[in-house]
Amino acid sequence: MGNVIQFNALKTIWIKECTRFLRIWIQTLVPPAITMTLYFVIFGSLIGSRIGEMGGVSYMEFIVPGLIMMSVITSAYSNVASSFFSAKFQRNIEEMLVAPVSTFTIILGYVGGGVARALLVAVIVTTVASFFVPLNVQNYWMIALTVLLTATLFAMAGLVNAVFAKTFDDISIIPTFVLTPLTYLGGVFYSISLLPSFWQTVSQVNPIIYMVNGFREGFIGVSDIPPVTAIAVLVVFNAVFFGLAWWLLNRGTGIRS
Amino acid sequence: MTLALEINGLQKTYKGGLEALKGIDLNVEAGDFYALLGPNGAGKSTTIGIIASLVNKSAGSVKVFGYDLDTQLAEVKKCIGLVPQEFNFNQFETVLQIVVNQAGYYGVSRSLAHERAEKYLNQLGLWEKRNSPARALSGGMKRRLMIARALLHEPKLLILDEPTAGVDIELRRSMWDFLKRINKEGVSIILTTHYLEEAEMLCRHIGIIDKGQIIENTSMKSLLSKLNVETFVLDLEPVQGSLSLSHVTMRQLDDHTIEVDVPKSMGLNQVFTELTEQGHKVLSMRNKANRLEELFVGLVEQGRLQKEPA
Repeated sequence: MGNVIQFNALKTIWIKECTRFLRIWIQTLVPPAITMTLYFVIFGSLIGSRIGEMGGVSYMEFIVPGLIMMSVITSAYSNVASSFFSAKFQRNIEEMLVAPVSTFTIILGYVGGGVARALLVAVIVTTVASFFVPLNVQNYWMIALTVLLTATLFAMAGLVNAVFAKTFDDISIIPTFVLTPLTYLGGVFYSISLLPSFWQTVSQVNPIIYMVNGFREGFIGVSDIPPVTAIAVLVVFNAVFFGLAWWLLNRGTGIRS
Repeated sequence: MTLALEINGLQKTYKGGLEALKGIDLNVEAGDFYALLGPNGAGKSTTIGIIASLVNKSAGSVKVFGYDLDTQLAEVKKCIGLVPQEFNFNQFETVLQIVVNQAGYYGVSRSLAHERAEKYLNQLGLWEKRNSPARALSGGMKRRLMIARALLHEPKLLILDEPTAGVDIELRRSMWDFLKRINKEGVSIILTTHYLEEAEMLCRHIGIIDKGQIIENTSMKSLLSKLNVETFVLDLEPVQGSLSLSHVTMRQLDDHTIEVDVPKSMGLNQVFTELTEQGHKVLSMRNKANRLEELFVGLVEQGRLQKEPA
């Protein structure tokens, strides 16, 4: 009985979340397609043609996995951060808090919504990319696993951000000052093997390096990081953020007085 | 006797030291229509917040239909339907989405939720608006939407925190009829309101809370029986000059209207006799003040005088 309740509640949260981002598709699905087209045109075609090869493939082919991953990260994070914070702001989070929905179900529902948007955006951006460069897949499993774990991780990170946020500014601070720099320095546009050894070591602290390289391994079979290490790092980060989100929601941080 | 709600020694101190509840005890019988009254900041919404698990209590115990809030939270939640004071739905969702989603959070399947949505939205006059976004509804419709939303999982205890605030009198009366009907069908109801007439019309028992303490908890009948003076407004044929009555306190409002405070023990005959003897003709009469309002103000003031140091 309890499981039926949680299953129906989970389904409800997930449908509600998907309905939300599909209702505002101009804000959620179109911008990544436009941004990525610009990246492909400018960095891929115009500048990329002068760079030549990187990692044994054309520069355009090299940056595609990183750019897809960038869209996945941004979409997963912002979906959950803005949806959960709006629910707090409009106080409709109380609809869930007064009902027998478990903390686990709330996390799973919101993260599921963020992952759904991230995967849809990934499909859109990949389709756009295919107009610019022929896409060869080396390892489907690696692609699926990396994209899923990355989307889940950043959806949970967005949830944690929303729990602490008190104003709409608070949900844009982390993406602007933390997420964007980490993504740009996360090997999307270059191989870390090009960096001096000191900066190579520093780069390994950046978790996004592991996601981008894991994903790139799946597409072109080239990675600066061993695939197993990339997956292991993602699993550990997922576990940490799930624990954090669960603990915060359970004690009612930012949602109960 | 089954208790819908059993509160013992409930305390709440907010961060910053505000002591909102100072150890209240409160019982509400199953099937009752109970009014919880109090001035602003008395602790009504905090009490409701704790019962609905939106506010963490500092001490004390709460049981709903025998289920303990601390150890059987999911069971407690299933028993309760909450209509909060502020609109707290997603303004961008449609009426139907809001109620069906709420049912889903309680584990109700989507097909059953749609069935019940049709039933309750029809009963509350909102079915025609089912595809409108909530932000497009009038204030009264939003209030009714919150009642429909709270009923979709068919709770045994409905808690309404000022449900008719800002609602016009016609709509308020139709909401009263609806609440009376569902109470008759077996749903226990706890209501907080600023319209004391509302409490008097609907509720069988009443609790008055002030400064975090229950200062009265009794039946409406016995509370009203404490009232020993009633005020009446009499419309007379125009009076030349001033008018006075010897046995009651009176105020002359204009040349044809007076207000008289009549002790219950005395009755109205003496007033009419005296007016007739003076040659005045009474054209009509009405009860002026809300009786409960007089009692409420009296009790709150009395409670404060007893507590405040000289």
